[in-house]
Amino acid sequence: MTAIVDVQNMGKVYDGGFTALKDVSLQIKEGEIIALLGPNGAGKTTLISALCGIVTPSSGRATVGGHDVVSGYRKARAMIGLVPQEIALEPFEKVINTVRFSRGLFGKTRNDALIEKILRQLSLWDKRNARIRELSGGMKRRVLIAKALCHEPRVLFLDEPTAGVDVELRRDMWQIVEELRKSGVTIILTTHYIEEAEAIADRIAVINKGQILLVEPKADLMARMGSKTLRIDLNEALDGVPPALADYALVLGEGGRSLSYTYDATGERTGITRLLSALAAEGLALRDIQTTQSSLEEIFVGLIKEGAA
Amino acid sequence: MNLPAIWAIYLYEMKRFFRTLMESLLSPVISTSLYFVVFGAAIGSRIDEVEGVSYGAFIVPGLIMLSVMTQAISNASFGIYFPKFIGTIFELLSAPVNFLEIVLGYVGAAATKSLLIGIVILITAGFFVDIQIMHPWAMIAFLLLTCISFSLFGFIIGIWAENFQQLQLIPLLVITPLVFLGGAFYSISMLPESWQSVALFNPVVYLVSGFRWSFFGVADVGVGWSLLAIAAFTGICMGVVWWIFKTGYRIKS
Ligand SMILES: Nc1ncnc2c1ncn2[C@@H]1O[C@H](COP(=O)(O)OP(=O)(O)OP(=O)(O)O)[C@@H](O)[C@H]1O
Ligand SMILES: [Mg+2]
Repeated sequence: MTAIVDVQNMGKVYDGGFTALKDVSLQIKEGEIIALLGPNGAGKTTLISALCGIVTPSSGRATVGGHDVVSGYRKARAMIGLVPQEIALEPFEKVINTVRFSRGLFGKTRNDALIEKILRQLSLWDKRNARIRELSGGMKRRVLIAKALCHEPRVLFLDEPTAGVDVELRRDMWQIVEELRKSGVTIILTTHYIEEAEAIADRIAVINKGQILLVEPKADLMARMGSKTLRIDLNEALDGVPPALADYALVLGEGGRSLSYTYDATGERTGITRLLSALAAEGLALRDIQTTQSSLEEIFVGLIKEGAA
Repeated sequence: MNLPAIWAIYLYEMKRFFRTLMESLLSPVISTSLYFVVFGAAIGSRIDEVEGVSYGAFIVPGLIMLSVMTQAISNASFGIYFPKFIGTIFELLSAPVNFLEIVLGYVGAAATKSLLIGIVILITAGFFVDIQIMHPWAMIAFLLLTCISFSLFGFIIGIWAENFQQLQLIPLLVITPLVFLGGAFYSISMLPESWQSVALFNPVVYLVSGFRWSFFGVADVGVGWSLLAIAAFTGICMGVVWWIFKTGYRIKS
């Protein structure tokens, strides 16, 4: 399958001489949600801006829907919806007018039914005649989303769509993203909330200092890099880890009533069977067993540190 | 050609104008009336005729030009500076539009506004003096070309300006003096001889002269020269705008 967004060796050096992107290559499949993670200044916005025509790439090339973003910009951009990181809206304009304007700008004829649907979906319909400056920050962000959606894009860039949005709204946003995906829209999202990427992305790309460190399906990433922890609750409290179990690097829980064992879930052998028989041999009675997987956040922090080292 | 986009930009800009219709039209009407009181009544009582035209009527074309030029520049420069200032320019840059479409939208709207203002001033002037228009088609052509070329010029200033001071700078420092020295309120032939040749370096002289010719059939310079001057000015502005979009000057990094 060909990629709907195909970035080949893209580089960006800003006028001041700062290199914001270095040889970035990235293929995004139609219909997927990909989360771009990276610390402040990693180059996420620069990458999106280069694809959308806001920044001119210094090297490399990219296509969207098979159209080059520079030479075939008209067709490429017609497919793209962009929700920028910074809220930029004309304060004196009415919500509905600014959305209509966006649709016109993308060469589409007026479609009030569609705009009503989008505004309702984003809980903005009641505010359609309000002026932008009368809206709260979260509402303004939703207006930006409405503007990006009103020309029916097939690829949607969301640059930190949930920054400054409350928890409830964030879940609404995830819901909207999910619905968009169902309708076949490809979504590229940047975020600093790792639980967000964990909750909605199919694939994760990690970018740091202008370079892509990895791109992987979320599940693979977590399985590959995630260590698991097995927690064993005991019937009777222990004073310390029995010497016979020293090999397993067990951690005794508070009150001595639990033992934790950390292992690599993807390794050839996890050591669980041996551990359990060793526990039985020690005559320990088990009350309960549970495993937990490390979160994406831990993986992410680990990766960035590794890159810095 | 992305026609809906041109229309969207044009309409959006015109809406801003109509939102502030009173301010937009009232201030040129008031200032024109003041000019008539000051120049027409006070000075006009001492100068009764210039080249066979009553002084009150003689200054009408210059007054219209003065307002049209300043309004075209301020409307067009603000129109494109504002999205740059508040950041909404990202939308223009990321939309499937080319530079010509953006210019047509913004410059078209600014030219329409200044044209409307010019017409309103002409009507206002009609209350003060008798106005005859000898060459109405030429008058319309000069007016239109001035609206368009100065809107283009304003657009360039709006792109170039990095703050509000710079936005005001050119109209204040360059345009107003050029218009006042450009024979808006007098005939170049009334100047001392040495100043007459200096005045010929002022492009506004050609515009005012041509425009006045379309009213009264009298001109400081040949009508052909006037047309050539305004065509050249329009051409230069178009070239600069084309270069701006080609290089992304001050709008794209
Ligand atoms: N117009 C510009 N001129 C010069 N340098 C720039 C420009 N825009 C961004 N940069 C630099 O490029 C680097 C990447 O910026 P970018 O905005 O892409 O980061 P980001 O990953 O989006 O960060 P954040 O998470 O804070 O939004 C930063 O070091 C930034 O200072
Ligand atoms: Mg960013």
